[in-house]
Amino acid sequence: MAKMTIREALSRTIREEMERDSNLIILGEDIVGGHGTAGGPEAIGGIWGMTGGLYAAFGAKRVIDTPISESCIVGAAAGAALAGKRAIAELMFADFVGVCLDQIYNQIAKFRYMFGGRGTCPVTLRIAYGAGLNCAAQHSQAVYSLLTSIPGLKVVMPATPADAKGLLTTAIRGDDPVMFFEHKMLYGETGEVPDGEYLVPFGHARLVREGTDATVVTCGAMVNAAAGAADQLAKDGIACDVLDLRTTSPLDEEAILDSVEATGRLIVVDESPPRCSLATDIAALVANKAFSSLKAPIELVTAPHSPVPFARELERAYLPSPATIETAVRKALAYR
Amino acid sequence: MTRDQLISAYRRMKTIREFEERLHQEIATGEIAGFTHLYAGQEAVAVGVCEHLGPKDYIVSTHRGHGHCIAKGCDVKAMMKEIFGRRDGLCKGKGGSMHIADVSVGMLGANGIVGAGAPLALGAAVAARMDGEGKVAVAFSGDGACNQGTTFEAMNMAVVLKAPLIFAFENNHYSEHTGDSYAVGARDMTTRAAGFGMAAHKVDGCDFFATHNLMAEVIAYCRAGKGPVAVEFDTERFYGHFEGDPQRYRAPGEVERLRTTRDCLAAFRAKALDDGSLDARTLDALDVEVRSLINTAVEEARVAPVPTAADVLEDVYVSY
Repeated sequence: MAKMTIREALSRTIREEMERDSNLIILGEDIVGGHGTAGGPEAIGGIWGMTGGLYAAFGAKRVIDTPISESCIVGAAAGAALAGKRAIAELMFADFVGVCLDQIYNQIAKFRYMFGGRGTCPVTLRIAYGAGLNCAAQHSQAVYSLLTSIPGLKVVMPATPADAKGLLTTAIRGDDPVMFFEHKMLYGETGEVPDGEYLVPFGHARLVREGTDATVVTCGAMVNAAAGAADQLAKDGIACDVLDLRTTSPLDEEAILDSVEATGRLIVVDESPPRCSLATDIAALVANKAFSSLKAPIELVTAPHSPVPFARELERAYLPSPATIETAVRKALAYR
Repeated sequence: MTRDQLISAYRRMKTIREFEERLHQEIATGEIAGFTHLYAGQEAVAVGVCEHLGPKDYIVSTHRGHGHCIAKGCDVKAMMKEIFGRRDGLCKGKGGSMHIADVSVGMLGANGIVGAGAPLALGAAVAARMDGEGKVAVAFSGDGACNQGTTFEAMNMAVVLKAPLIFAFENNHYSEHTGDSYAVGARDMTTRAAGFGMAAHKVDGCDFFATHNLMAEVIAYCRAGKGPVAVEFDTERFYGHFEGDPQRYRAPGEVERLRTTRDCLAAFRAKALDDGSLDARTLDALDVEVRSLINTAVEEARVAPVPTAADVLEDVYVSY
C-alpha cells in the first residue's frame, strides 16, 4: 500500500498499462501539449496533470496529441479499437460530450451489437466532470446520468485513489467501451492504494458507512458529502448505510435492494439534475423491487433542474451538500 | 492489368450490380424491412479502390454500403441474410442494410450517420500506422458527408498526424434529395480537401480503369507513409436515396440517360472487348456465375431462420 492522490493513482495506472500492453494508445487534447510552440512537447502533460512523460516514454504513434476535435478524438479511438487496438481517450471536460455525442451514442455504444457480436470496441473515455471550480454551465456538468441511459456503455466513477486504480485498470483491460468519469474536485483526494496488480470489478458497490437506520446511495464526489452527512448523523445515534455505486452501468442492484430491505429508508444523492437521472432510476428500481420494505417515501437529493451557475454562492446552492443530505435522511426517518 | 485482375474486378462489380438490382425487386415485395440505400451505378469506385486493398487494410463505409462490403470481401450470402434480417446473417440480423459490417475482413461498418465514418477511419489509420506494415485505411463518404464537420475534423487531423488515410469522396451528385451544386459550398471537394493540406485528385468514377489506375498511385503513396490523400469520384446513383424514394428531384429521363451513358459496367465491358483483354464468352460466363450466386443467396436468405426474442439482449456487452 502507498498513500497517494487520485491524480497520482490514475497517472500511474495509465503509465503501467501503457507499459504492459504495447497495443494501448492514448489520445486527447494537450495530453502532451506544447507541440508547435517554443516550449516544445511535454510543456503541459495534460491539463489535469496525468499524462506528462508518456510522450517521451511511448512516442508519437501511441501518445497522440490531437487538435481540438472531440468527435475525432472519440471517433479515432473507436476506429483504432475496431482495428484491434485498445484506446484511452481523454475529454478535458464532461460538457464536451455534447460536441462528440454521436461518436459515443451512435458509434462506440452500438458497434458490438450492430455487428452481431463480431468486433469489439475497447475504448476507455476518461471524462473530467463535476461542479466545484466555478466553471459554470459549460464546464461543470455531471453528465453521467445521460450516458448511463445508453445501452452498450459501461459508466464508472471512482471516489477513492484505490478505486481510481482498480476501476481504471478494469476499464482499460476490458473489451467494452467505458465512460470513466473523474470528478475534478476529487483529483487531490488522498488514500491508500494497493501495490501491484489491482483490479476492481464493475457492478460491485462499496459500503462506505454501515448502519441500519437508512440507506444512502450515491457515487463520485457525492460519496464524500454523503459520508460527511452520515458522520454528523452518527453523533445523534443515527446509523446509515452509505453505498458508493462505483459504476452506474452495470448497477449493483443487489447491494441497493439488500440494504433498503434492511433499513426501509432510501436517500439517493446525485450530482446530476433530477429529471431522468441516476436518482430517479434508483428510486424506480427500489419502488419496483423493494416496495414492501419501504417505511418512508424515497428522498432524492440532486442538483436542481437548472444549468450549473457561476457565482460561488450560486454553485454552492446548486450542489447537494452534507447538510442537505442530512436533512433528507432526517426527513425520511421522521416519516410515520 | 492482368487477365486475372480484370476478371476479379469485373466479377466484383457485377456482383454488386446484381446484388442491388435484385434487392430492388425483393424490397418491392415487402419481404425486406427497414431502409435500404442501393449502390448501383457506383460500382467502379468501390471496386477500383478495394482491388488495391488486402484483408489487413481497413475501410469505413456509409449508409450506402453494400458495394463497399462486397468489394472488401464480405460474404455475399451472409450479407443477403443480414439484409433479410436473418439470425445467421453477417451481423445476426442486428445491423441490417445500414449497419452491415465484417471487422474480420477489415470492413469496419456501414454507418447510418452521415459523416460519422471519417473519424473512425482515421482511428483505423492510426492503428495501421502503429503496425508499420504499410497498411492503409479508406473513409468512403458521399457528397453529403463531405459537408459534415466530422469530415473536416478528420481531414485536418489526418494531415496533422500524417495518417495513412484515403478520403474517398463519391460524388453521386445527390445528398439525399439535394444537389451537390447547392449543398457543396466550394468549387468542388478536391479543392476543399487540398485546402486542408493534403494531396487531392479527381477522377471519373464511372471509368473503372481511370479509377483503378489513379488508386494504384494514391494507395502506394499512403502505404509509403506520405500522409493522407483525398479523391473525388464523379459517379452516378441509379436509384433513389432510399428504396421507395419517389425521386421527384430528378430531371425527366435522367435515370435512363445515366444508365445509357454512365454505366460503369457497360463501359468496362466495351473497353475490355475493344482492346481484346477479355472476350465476350468470358464476360458472359461471369454474368451467369454472378446471377447464380445472387439467386442462391436470395433463396437461402428466404428460408434462413429468423432471430428470436431471446437474441435481443445478446451482444450488448462483451462481458456482463
